Amino acid sequence: MLRNKEPVIPGYEPREETAVVHKPHPHDSARLHVRGAATYVDDIREPNGTLHVAIGMADKASGTLRGLDLSAVRAAPDVLAVLTAADIPGKNDIAPAFADEPLFADSDILYHGQPLFAVVARTRDAARRAARLGRVDIKEAPPALTVEDALVTGARVLPDYAFQRGDAVAATSAAPHRLEGAFRIGGQEHFYLEGQISLAIPGEAGEMLVHSSTQDPTEVQHIVARILGVPDAFVTIETRRMGGGFGGKESQACAWAAIAALGARATGAPCKVRLDRDDDFQLTGKRHDFRADWRVGYDEAGRIRAYDVMLNARCGCSVDLSPGVVDRAMFHGSNAYWLPDVRIASRRLKTNTVSNTAFRGFGGPQGMIAIERVMDAIARERGLDPLDVRKANFYRPGADVTPYGQTVEDCDTLLELVEELETSSDYRARRGEIAAFNAVSPVLKRGIALTPLMFGISFTLIHLNQASALVHVYSDGSVHLNHGGTEMGQGLFTKVAQVVAEEFGVPLDWVRITATNTAKVPNASPTAASSGTDTNGMAAQAGARQIKQRMTEFAAAQWGVEPKDVVFRDGRVFSGNASMAFGELAKACRVNRIHLSAAGYYKTPEIHWDREKATGRPFFYYAFGAACSEVVIDTLTGEMKVLRSDLLHDVGASLNPALDLGQVEGAFIQGMGWLTTEELVFDAKGRLTTHAPATYKIPVASDTPPDFRTRLHMRPNQTESIYRAKAVGEPPFMLAISVYSAILDAVHAVKPGGQPRLEAPCTPEAILNAIDSLGV
Amino acid sequence: MAASAPGMETRRNLTFRFRGGTVALDRFSPRATLLDWLREEAGAKGTKEGCNEGDCGACTVVLSRLRDGALTYQPVNACILLLGQVDGAEVLTIEDLAEGETLHPVQQAMVDFHGSQCGFCTPGIVMSLFALYHQNAPASYAEVCDALAGNLCRCTGYKPILDAALATCEGQPVDRFETQAAERREAIAALADGRDLFVGDENAFFAAPATEAALAELTARFPDAVLLGGATDVGLWITKLLRDPKRILWLGRVAGLDAIRSDADGVRFGAAATLKQSAPHLAALHPDLGVLMARFGSRQVRESGTIGGNIANGSPIGDLAPALIALGASVELRKGAATRVLPLEDFFIAYGKQDRAPGEFVSALVAPRLGEAQAYSAFKVSKRFDEDISAVMGAFRFTLDGDRIAEARVAFGGMAATPKRALGAEKALIGARPADSASWRAALDALAQDFAPLTDMRATAAYRSRVAVNLLAKALMEVAGAEAPTRIGEFLAAQ
Repeated sequence: MLRNKEPVIPGYEPREETAVVHKPHPHDSARLHVRGAATYVDDIREPNGTLHVAIGMADKASGTLRGLDLSAVRAAPDVLAVLTAADIPGKNDIAPAFADEPLFADSDILYHGQPLFAVVARTRDAARRAARLGRVDIKEAPPALTVEDALVTGARVLPDYAFQRGDAVAATSAAPHRLEGAFRIGGQEHFYLEGQISLAIPGEAGEMLVHSSTQDPTEVQHIVARILGVPDAFVTIETRRMGGGFGGKESQACAWAAIAALGARATGAPCKVRLDRDDDFQLTGKRHDFRADWRVGYDEAGRIRAYDVMLNARCGCSVDLSPGVVDRAMFHGSNAYWLPDVRIASRRLKTNTVSNTAFRGFGGPQGMIAIERVMDAIARERGLDPLDVRKANFYRPGADVTPYGQTVEDCDTLLELVEELETSSDYRARRGEIAAFNAVSPVLKRGIALTPLMFGISFTLIHLNQASALVHVYSDGSVHLNHGGTEMGQGLFTKVAQVVAEEFGVPLDWVRITATNTAKVPNASPTAASSGTDTNGMAAQAGARQIKQRMTEFAAAQWGVEPKDVVFRDGRVFSGNASMAFGELAKACRVNRIHLSAAGYYKTPEIHWDREKATGRPFFYYAFGAACSEVVIDTLTGEMKVLRSDLLHDVGASLNPALDLGQVEGAFIQGMGWLTTEELVFDAKGRLTTHAPATYKIPVASDTPPDFRTRLHMRPNQTESIYRAKAVGEPPFMLAISVYSAILDAVHAVKPGGQPRLEAPCTPEAILNAIDSLGV
Repeated sequence: MAASAPGMETRRNLTFRFRGGTVALDRFSPRATLLDWLREEAGAKGTKEGCNEGDCGACTVVLSRLRDGALTYQPVNACILLLGQVDGAEVLTIEDLAEGETLHPVQQAMVDFHGSQCGFCTPGIVMSLFALYHQNAPASYAEVCDALAGNLCRCTGYKPILDAALATCEGQPVDRFETQAAERREAIAALADGRDLFVGDENAFFAAPATEAALAELTARFPDAVLLGGATDVGLWITKLLRDPKRILWLGRVAGLDAIRSDADGVRFGAAATLKQSAPHLAALHPDLGVLMARFGSRQVRESGTIGGNIANGSPIGDLAPALIALGASVELRKGAATRVLPLEDFFIAYGKQDRAPGEFVSALVAPRLGEAQAYSAFKVSKRFDEDISAVMGAFRFTLDGDRIAEARVAFGGMAATPKRALGAEKALIGARPADSASWRAALDALAQDFAPLTDMRATAAYRSRVAVNLLAKALMEVAGAEAPTRIGEFLAAQ
């Protein structure tokens, strides 16, 4: 096994042409993290008299609220206020767009646990205890909980949608070989280590400042203003950092900020909402679970002629972000494969469960694993190596147009990556060795798989592809940086600061990174879709360049040289033999009335998408990757262990290879959790029974493959992105599909030639069921 | 108030070391947790709350005590540890580690290896690694995984943390905790007064008697008091069920109650022995028990949780009970001066009901050694290998007469409302030959009839029944001698 005694970044070669970007700087908060000195919302010193809020929740999943007796709640010790729908001065609506989700239920019950009221008390303990004293009378209706339930009721949160090319039905029927199946793909809880939290501090004349742990301060601002019934300008949201987000703190952060603000409005005191972990599980949305019903036609070599898939997405009780999530499942329903005749259809199913939401990959993983499952099925049926079937179907010049009409311009990158990994992971030889092992091992079976990924970068809601930044240079040469992106651990703040430091030619620590704040940078997009660095980095660069231009012109005039001859580096400004410290120049600029502040702006070029016609170029570019995983399963118990994973991931000319390596490894393990140990279980009443880490199992240290080799593929992006780097937040999540396929391979070894039904997540029970499905 | 050794006054304040000084508290809520005190009273915000139930480890702090004259470094979950349980200890938190701007070696390695992303789990991880750093021996990969099993990280995938740990935990610690060890030992020793602790009044108190006699007296006087072992379960009654226990009797200071005595017949575990202390003794009884203990909760849970607590709370899914029932263990109970012993399986009457009278407490657990003709195995099956609760826990002891089974003890957890023996299967196994699978087919069928398990979030009834049968088959295959590995752990060890 490989053990690193020194930090190493496989694939990274130091570059000389830049001073700060393309370097493995540690996370800007690393030294604070390890000392416990990084301030999260709950660590902010509470203003004197801060009150605490707990949520009263529905104890039924469906029905009508007939009565809500809160007298015992009001009478409980230390309770100062109880808030219900009637106490909302603005609009009782926290939905991002479709006005279909209230802050507090006032008639229809949408899911088990839905907020009915909130208690404001002197202590958090008093608030939590009082919140359990509400007497709730709900006329119960039978809940729809599963994909199958929703197919029976016919309930949708939005209309069905499909895109197609050619005639998938006819072409499937005409193909030499055909297969079909239904594949269940589980949901996933974000399990950000820091739960949802907001601290609202009332100001004068109706102003409200909310410290919120959110990926989308602008949306939180809108919702708080809507609930309070005040203009957006009265509400300021600040987010220094989150203890993890993963998509779970976009729309899902709004309610708690709104309730804290409502409590602050009602009492005039600062109010904090910090959800207990069990409540957080029940009150916030998760990754959508899917059932993919597929049919495929192909030739002798396993090349697909036609693919017809219905993605049944369980959206939960409201629209939330499902339009984008399910669309993205469709966009990635072809992964990296040329599908001559294809139909990718979707249903957006409504159930009486918490509304499913954004989660790293945003539907992409579900669409992608469906077709990877199909690749494995074809390979089994044809008796071919699954990798050969995959390679035979890759996009290639001339067969490089996606089902939604975008041409894949750099499809050669993927083949290059996959072949490199095939060699470096020793895939072929290991497959032979594993087959020999399986032949003499009746109880334990091993499996191996190498899977590719292709992930489109940009928000598919086009207007979100913009960003702003605010840059100040002070007269001592220090730099203040602010932008609309949020820091959740991914290292966005570090990367954007690197861009600004590079621009000014100053050391990284001269750039002071500051908390995201809607008063400094307004109208921001959520930090999501892997695009935080691409867009905010460009915006910050644009801001820095404006200031630098003014400083350059001033310096050129002082020195009597051309602006092009003025160079910023090493914390100084040079022209020929003349030079001065960056701070000296800044001071001189101020004295000479040169403006040292700028707002930078960026909008992603070239992208467009016509949803009605289902065609366009929704993605600025694609990120690629490949992974090879090996597993062993116990055929008597279904237990499984990932033995080795080799990852090769395309990060372009990485801005920070150390942070990117962390994103790739972390995303893979998170994806592995989604497909293995993480199982969401709702009981017949619609109660989530896996609502805490005691029952919901994310990977721990020993689940990390003991042999885990990650390498960055660092060919510069062909598209003009920030320093030719590529987005990295979400794509490597889907490298974990290799784990699913390897488990399938191991199950297959129990009875070669069979078609096991292996559902995700592959818990021991799912694996044992898959073995049973082979009829051995 | 409470009884004490002759001539000694009961102590009325909680005393512990913190930030280089001694803290004495004469008033606190009996149900206050250490995390509440740190964050709300001491203003120490570095220690985080992630789950409030002892599963994520974000709240990990380290307790130093003296054991056989040496300093311990026990990682514990502050969110469910009751404040009173730190009596006599030195409480070390994340804020203690760096000296000025100089990071502790563990902290520096976490920075160098890029071991933090969002940073919220990081203080807990650093504290777990700090405890490992002080184990005074180079840490293996398996030991690092073990040390981190109770620390969830959602960002990194653990690789850089594992690397940081392996690069740092290399043997002899070099830090100020080591250079100041003598002073720290002295300060901690000064707190060990051997007196009973009683903070509060008759209506609401946190008491920690120093002797078994004092404990017996208090249990008799306050039969409704909560008997607190490690608080790895009672802590959750408070943080999750919002119960409000007013009278708490902590067993952790009772002299001798944590004693482990080993002789030719077996091992006697005092009820207050922690799972961590007990693990090597259990492993010596059989390697499967060692494996089981390594998967029992997490390091933090094993440092706090006790043998007596695991048995006394009667969980149908506790790991230890089925393993020890199959082994033939017995439990010892005490009330006042009276002691009784009963077979462990008889202690569990029904779900949530044990054979324990008011005022009675579990005082010890006695585990016999295996005979030469006895084969034993224990298997835990759960969704996740480490730090999970079993879906099915199966344990088997076969007494062989030549190549035939003369007697069998088969016990399961997760299959009924209590840990339970499979009497039908046990009977059907008599006379079976492990090498002849046809001869034990009837036992597998009988086992399927022995239980009617439930479906819950861990597994369905069908899966549980199926796996129970498969585990018995596996155990028998192993006794017969299998050519290829039958366990993933065995396969990994051979790699």
